[in-house]
Amino acid sequence: MRAAPLHSHVDVRVCRRVRCEHMRTVLRIFSYLRYNRRATVLAYLALAGAALFNIITPLVIKQAIDFGLAHDSRSFLVLAGVLVVAVALVQGVFEFFQSYLGQYLSQTVALRLRDDLYEAVQRQSFAFHDRSETGQLMSRATVDVEQVRAFIQLGLLQLTYAAVLFAITVVVAVRINWQMGLIFLAVMPLIGLRAFVVSRSLRSLWVRVQGAQGAFTSVLQENLVGARVVRAFTREQEELDKFNVSNRIVRVDSLEANRLAAFNQPLMTFLLNAATAIIVIYGGYAVMHHNLTLGGLVAFLEYRTNLTGPVRTIGFLLNLWTRATAGGQRIFEILDAESEVHERPGAVPLAGVVGHVRFEHVSFGYNRERPVLRAIEIDAPPGALVALLGPSGSGKSTITQLLPRFYDVSEGRITIDGHDIRDVTLESLRHAVGIVLQDPFLFSATIRDNIAYGAPHATAEQIEAVARAARLHDFIASLPDGYETWVGERGITLSGGQRQRVAIARTLLLDPKVLILDDATSSVDMETEYLIQQALAELLRSRTTFVIAQRLRTVRDADQILVLKDGRIVERGRHEELLENEGPYREIYDLELRDQEELSQVAARA
Amino acid sequence: MALGFGGMGGGMGGAGRGMMRRAGMDGRSTDDEEFGKPFDGKLMRRLLPYLRPYKRQVTIAALLMLVATATSVATPYFLTVAIDDFIAKSDMHGLVLLMLGFVLMQFVNWFATYGQTYSMTYAGQWALYRLSEDVFWHLQVLPIAFFDRNETGRIMSRAQNDISVLQQLLSSGLLSIIASSLTTVGIVFTLLALDWRLALVTLISLPVLFGIIVVWQRYARKSFIRTRAAISIVNASLQENVSGVRIIQSLTREDENRRRFGKVNRQNFTANLEASRVSAIINPLVDLVNAIAIAVVIAVGGSLVLSHDLKVGALVGFALYVNRLFDPIGQVTQQYSTLQRATVAAERVFALLDEPVEVKDRPGAIELPPIEGRVAFEHVRFAYTPEIPVLHDLNLVAEPGQTVALVGETGAGKSTIISLLERFYDVTGGRITVDGHDIREVTLASLRGQMGIVLQEPYLFSGTIVDNIRLGRMQATDDEVREAAEIVGLHDLIARLPEGYNTIVRERGVNLSVGQRQLVSFARALLRRPRILLLDEATANIDSATEARLQRALGELLRGRTAFVIAHRLATVRNADLIVALHHGAIVEQGTHEELIARRGMYYDLYSFGFASATAARVRAGSA
Ligand SMILES: Nc1ncnc2c1ncn2[C@@H]1O[C@H](COP(=O)(O)OP(=O)(O)OP(=O)(O)O)[C@@H](O)[C@H]1O
Ligand SMILES: Nc1ncnc2c1ncn2[C@@H]1O[C@H](COP(=O)(O)OP(=O)(O)OP(=O)(O)O)[C@@H](O)[C@H]1O
Ligand SMILES: [Mg+2]
Ligand SMILES: [Mg+2]
Repeated sequence: MRAAPLHSHVDVRVCRRVRCEHMRTVLRIFSYLRYNRRATVLAYLALAGAALFNIITPLVIKQAIDFGLAHDSRSFLVLAGVLVVAVALVQGVFEFFQSYLGQYLSQTVALRLRDDLYEAVQRQSFAFHDRSETGQLMSRATVDVEQVRAFIQLGLLQLTYAAVLFAITVVVAVRINWQMGLIFLAVMPLIGLRAFVVSRSLRSLWVRVQGAQGAFTSVLQENLVGARVVRAFTREQEELDKFNVSNRIVRVDSLEANRLAAFNQPLMTFLLNAATAIIVIYGGYAVMHHNLTLGGLVAFLEYRTNLTGPVRTIGFLLNLWTRATAGGQRIFEILDAESEVHERPGAVPLAGVVGHVRFEHVSFGYNRERPVLRAIEIDAPPGALVALLGPSGSGKSTITQLLPRFYDVSEGRITIDGHDIRDVTLESLRHAVGIVLQDPFLFSATIRDNIAYGAPHATAEQIEAVARAARLHDFIASLPDGYETWVGERGITLSGGQRQRVAIARTLLLDPKVLILDDATSSVDMETEYLIQQALAELLRSRTTFVIAQRLRTVRDADQILVLKDGRIVERGRHEELLENEGPYREIYDLELRDQEELSQVAARA
Repeated sequence: MALGFGGMGGGMGGAGRGMMRRAGMDGRSTDDEEFGKPFDGKLMRRLLPYLRPYKRQVTIAALLMLVATATSVATPYFLTVAIDDFIAKSDMHGLVLLMLGFVLMQFVNWFATYGQTYSMTYAGQWALYRLSEDVFWHLQVLPIAFFDRNETGRIMSRAQNDISVLQQLLSSGLLSIIASSLTTVGIVFTLLALDWRLALVTLISLPVLFGIIVVWQRYARKSFIRTRAAISIVNASLQENVSGVRIIQSLTREDENRRRFGKVNRQNFTANLEASRVSAIINPLVDLVNAIAIAVVIAVGGSLVLSHDLKVGALVGFALYVNRLFDPIGQVTQQYSTLQRATVAAERVFALLDEPVEVKDRPGAIELPPIEGRVAFEHVRFAYTPEIPVLHDLNLVAEPGQTVALVGETGAGKSTIISLLERFYDVTGGRITVDGHDIREVTLASLRGQMGIVLQEPYLFSGTIVDNIRLGRMQATDDEVREAAEIVGLHDLIARLPEGYNTIVRERGVNLSVGQRQLVSFARALLRRPRILLLDEATANIDSATEARLQRALGELLRGRTAFVIAHRLATVRNADLIVALHHGAIVEQGTHEELIARRGMYYDLYSFGFASATAARVRAGSA
């Protein structure tokens, strides 16, 4: 199954598919109990114990009335009282374990689900994350997991408890007086049927509510992250309108779901009470004609009380059940999404990398309709500096993202030291290939933590060394908290160039054999950029490096310059060769050259 | 029934490392998961206005609740009467009539319960609709500095989770607490009426139970706090891992993060297990007290029956009532945690709503008339955090129609200047004027409405490309959108996409190249037809050829408009009317390109740095 896109629009489809997959989801949720077979069995035993002991008290009361009162025996009444307390004690122990084990099981399931979700999200290729919204993913990992957990804790055990209690009660009731027992029995299918019907309509409502919740989260998230744009373009009112759309859906649908539940829950109680009326009438008649003792009738009434709890909560439990299956479905959607990029069985670690990178006839497209790269051929011997140049959207970043296998090629192959990168383990590959992404993303953490993000155990000296290479150290040293300065979310409290340099430093710290700099200094002034280049020159000598830059100056000294256009390499060679070509490179060069010439002319004139 | 711990469970990224370090949203507490008093009059009073429009529904709910509680409390009494007055007297006819009445009463109970829950939920949901709306709106007017300080995850958890906790309270919690208390009172009175002696003996159990619950709450509270804190750390970790997934994969940090996540996930598990031990004990305890009360009813009540001081039916009634006496108490303990959580949630939501809007329209702010374009910074000082001043006494004048280029090292304060002009932040000292109006004296909408900005980091919303461009001016026609796209050189790129302008843009624009994102936000700013254009490295990720074309088109467009341009490329700044070189937040020199080059000052250095090799390359090329 291909990874489903996780934006809000999918939920309609989920809705339709929900019926057939519903049972599978439930079984799948149950299967998470397999990690705790023993606890599950114990929980059910405790539950059965609690239910059994629940039966005894009404019988004791029956005897107290029929025997104690009839035979004028005060000591029997006291004995009955003691018995009731004793039963409660034992039952309490069972109840404690049932409740504790229920929690234990539910927490274990939540733990595993979160672990699994975490794995699934981390394992997914970039393509999956391109399609998913953060808000939607988060809402699955939080709200939906919690819903499944609540169901396991309360629903699963309580539902069984209600069923067991009902069954035992009916059996005991039938034994006291079978006609009256049958009346009890008759109510059950009614309640069950009603509950079933309602749960079906509830489920689709909850699926909608949960979908809207996700959309709600996404709108909110986007709005918060884009706060500056919203303000700059005075979009506040429109944003509010957009927000209110999902706000309204959540409210209206929750209201409808609650209405259904609110109608249904007291209906269950009503049915039970109607049965009570019949029991009292029939039982009264039987008592009058001495077919039933008064104690027997009272026992029935006590049983009825025993059942009100479970019956009253059955609606609530069904609610939990439907929400859990809706949530479970959304969770499993992620767990089942297969990553387009995965290790082959038998993949070997890439060891002793020298850094000979080859692209052999590589083609690629983010989707099938539109190829982005066509027949790319690159041969970068160890230590080479390869520069990629070309207009926006020509595929420069795409080429570099194929190398660490963020995406897989659709045709051709990429090799490092002769190994197809799909034959080696992902981890070793990505260790060998360090990339500074065009879009630097920093975590809200200290500068130190950000630089050391890929190598958490790096020493202070190592961190400082890379910070120096990225021309960052002096700036950091000027801050009151130095390396311990907290940077805001996404690095918001740093200037654009500072952020880029942190991103460079953190990749350098990994000491990769193949280094990719994707427009890594676009926001850095020329002077600083030049200084960074000088600092890197030494470092780069032993590495194969791919550089993407918009300024020619940055790429001039490359061993190979590849000029891209529309996903094809239209020109390649060294600076001097390309200049003679009179092609696109020459054009760009002339543009920049003019500046430089002018600069020196003016300088000369001065 | 088990007491609900955890309830709706944790929210989105709550406490992370960030929180521990910096003052929280309310400036007072840094602990995200403190635990409040179960009832706080002040907060309730603030919630009330949200319910006020639904006064009718709330009144109906309250009335129906009385009916529902009364009919429910009366249930065992009917059975008492049935036994004592009809069955004991062999009155079959009366019994049937009584039971018919009983069924009727249950029917009323059904509808009263339904109506009560529905009207209350109705009021609750719409009250929350309004509250969410208010929160969201407040987030639209809060200053940018607020977002620098507070992580998205944390704000989200207030705007979303806290509100859903309040939802539990408003839609069912509050009612069921009141209903339960009412039921208890009703039962106590009925018991006293049935037989006060037996009632007094039985009701001794109540204070005992309260004692138990009070002691228990103390433990429960502590473990509850721990579980809340634990889950919010788990969520924060998740949030970090979801939003930073690309970096994590590229730096192969998966193992470390998995280890950390596994750790916090397990800590959460342990905290919950501890809590569940505490929570699992309370029900058996309540049941035990319940059983003792029943034992008392059997032994003492039975003796009273034997001495003919009590009828059998009344005894049965007692037994049935005692069972129900404990139900509501159980429910109240269960709701207690909802109540506590709701108090905290309400506190946090209102703290957010109380967050001051520093940057806002002054009272009496005027509409800024159509801008001529004279912008002046007069002795402007600014600092993001008091200890680190970013701009010192900055003086700068842009005449109408001028293009001002800001150059300087990274971190010099270029973006800051633009942010101040947009009033993302207010100056700490001095003032900024546009056509002589202090920008703090005019309305934000009229100021920002006449400016177009391309931020250093382009931000796109999910939607289509055309949606994103049109963000600049909603009324713009398709042709105008196209025109803007053409000027920035985006049109050809878009034309090549299968869906053209209707190509779906994913969150933050991840499916576009960075340069394309920049062009889209450029087009967006142009579409606004701004009187003042602010370009913060708007072409940093765009190749020289496209940029040169763009500059040419822009030259035309900028005629008569004031523009501030930040760029590192010489070609971009060269033609500016005024070039301002900044260093550490102060202007070092300003003038035209020629003047500054001639000065051989900072500007000259900035661009000639490393030219030696450039010139060498040119010479080599020339000689080849
Ligand atoms: N939101 C913020 N909170 C705190 N400090 C900030 C914030 N934004 C920027 N700074 C700091 O203020 C200083 C000036 O930043 P600014 O973004 O204005 O630099 P810049 O000149 O635009 O640099 P660049 O060319 O790298 O974008 C920097 O040292 C930066 O660390
Ligand atoms: N994640 C993605 N999903 C779908 N399409 C994408 C994705 N990333 C890029 N594209 C498309 O692929 C093409 C090449 O993009 P790429 O990012 O490689 O361009 P680039 O050469 O790096 O441009 P720039 O100089 O602007 O960074 C573009 O047309 C872009 O719209
Ligand atoms: Mg790119
Ligand atoms: Mg900047």
